Amino acid sequence: MTKLEAVIQPTKLDAVKTALIAIGIDGLTVLEARGHGRQKGHTEFYRGREYSVDLLPKIKLEIVLRDERVDEVVKAIIGASQTGKIGDGKIFLSRIDEAIRIRNEERGNDAL
Amino acid sequence: MQGISTSARHDARCHGVRCSRLVPLLFLLFFCALAASAQTVSQQQIADLQRQVTEARSNADNGWMLVCSALVLMMTGPGLALFYGGLVRRKNVLSTLMHSFAMMGVVTVIWGVVGFSLAFGPGTSFIGNLQHLFLHGVGAAPDPDYAGTIPLQTFMVYQLMFAIITPALISGAFAERMKFSGMLLFLSLWSLIIYSPMAHMVWGKGGLLNASLGGRFPCLDFAGGTVVHITSGVSALMCALYLGKRKDYPLEQLPPHSVVLSFIGACMLWVGWFGFNAGSALSAGSLATSAFVATHFAAAAAALSWMAAEWIHEGHPSALGGISGAVAGLVAITPAAGFVGPMSALLIGLIAGPICYLMVAKVKVAFGYDDSLDAFGVHGVGGTLGAILTGVFASHYVNPMFKDAQGNVTGSGLFDGNAHQLLNQFAGVAIAWILAAVGTLILLKIVDVTVGLRVTQEQEVLGLDLTQHGQEGYSVD
Repeated sequence: MTKLEAVIQPTKLDAVKTALIAIGIDGLTVLEARGHGRQKGHTEFYRGREYSVDLLPKIKLEIVLRDERVDEVVKAIIGASQTGKIGDGKIFLSRIDEAIRIRNEERGNDAL
Repeated sequence: MQGISTSARHDARCHGVRCSRLVPLLFLLFFCALAASAQTVSQQQIADLQRQVTEARSNADNGWMLVCSALVLMMTGPGLALFYGGLVRRKNVLSTLMHSFAMMGVVTVIWGVVGFSLAFGPGTSFIGNLQHLFLHGVGAAPDPDYAGTIPLQTFMVYQLMFAIITPALISGAFAERMKFSGMLLFLSLWSLIIYSPMAHMVWGKGGLLNASLGGRFPCLDFAGGTVVHITSGVSALMCALYLGKRKDYPLEQLPPHSVVLSFIGACMLWVGWFGFNAGSALSAGSLATSAFVATHFAAAAAALSWMAAEWIHEGHPSALGGISGAVAGLVAITPAAGFVGPMSALLIGLIAGPICYLMVAKVKVAFGYDDSLDAFGVHGVGGTLGAILTGVFASHYVNPMFKDAQGNVTGSGLFDGNAHQLLNQFAGVAIAWILAAVGTLILLKIVDVTVGLRVTQEQEVLGLDLTQHGQEGYSVD
């Protein structure tokens, strides 16, 4: 089982969700995050004082998948969110030791 | 009729009087009776009408003044509470709201017991006596020295709302680091020792600076430029200097957690200010209108001029700049509202915007004191500016205040042919500054050695909402 974490622009969330539903992925966790990679922030002014805002709003998706599905999901996410500019985001994959469904205590791939 | 002579028959008689003379006589008698009774009726009617007119006028003024009292209270809660609340960090929002709210409770009690008496009771040039202790003698009957058409009780409660908001303004300087208990003690003493005397000097019977009741240095202060804004603003500066900076200032980022809340609060302040300024006319007549209009025009002009200054200096006009400008204009017009016309009000607002902007954006930063929410920059400086500009723009055409020895109306301000008035304005400004500065430092010292003023560093980091009030402003759920 593979955990897929994707940090994307908030404006792309709808498109990515639609793409995932289209390929039959219905388990998804969405987090509101702040961060930046090489993308610069901006400055704000309050009563004459400058504040630099480096941490930009991002959306982070977390999906745990069967290993066989990882490639098509990565392709779907990139397809829906890529613009070619700095700030598109990143996808990380990691191995998951176990998954358990709380309702009926199913384990492994059946729990996904 | 037997035995009547021939001559009598030709001449009809009623009870021995000739009929032809009787009829006009009867008519005459009838009209005399009518006239006599009508005269009695109309005297009574006139007296009744006079009483009804007086009552109607009194009711109109009283209705207006009660509404104004409510408007001024709204300026504190939630107007000022939100305006300040939005400017602090999330973890301190409740404590900032509580600074204003606590005043609504505490000052009410103090005012009712003794504060009103000290401010508006007869006494010396500096302070009133205890004649109205526990509001003794403050009832339905008007006091013509203050407001001849409304109950003294209305006047009292209207002035109470001013007494509430003034100390609340100071909280802008010590936000995010003041102990709640210390704040309560400090501002309670402040209300007694600084507010009541200043109010007495400018508005009370025999007050040194009272322009309406023959004070020695008649200072024109319509709604409280000196009494409210200079005293609170200068006190704020003293607090900022005495308490010291917030732990994170100026190195860490301390942006407002909700400009939206501040915006709502500021708009409530603008609307409420009509009660503050126009209500200071103490009647619902044309002077109230004049003050209302002047207030509004100054706010609008200052909002624009602050935004313009920001636009030039920073590249954007901001929402926070717009509302701060409006507040600065409202502060500056407060002493002038009932003495200047709309065009002068525009000028006052136009001047106040950039000056207060420079105070908070440049001067404060240059001197390095932490007046968290710019209470001094806006109220202290704005009030001082307004008080001086009142001496410049006050016009007897708007409100005749001064008469010469022959009883003719003379000029009110500099452009009105009365340059001398500026000296009186300076006197009021100076007294406000000195009373506020010296009094505040003494009170701060007293509270510091008894209850304590500042929270600990750990409490400051955790936030005042949790450490002083055991609650969070916003929960995750």
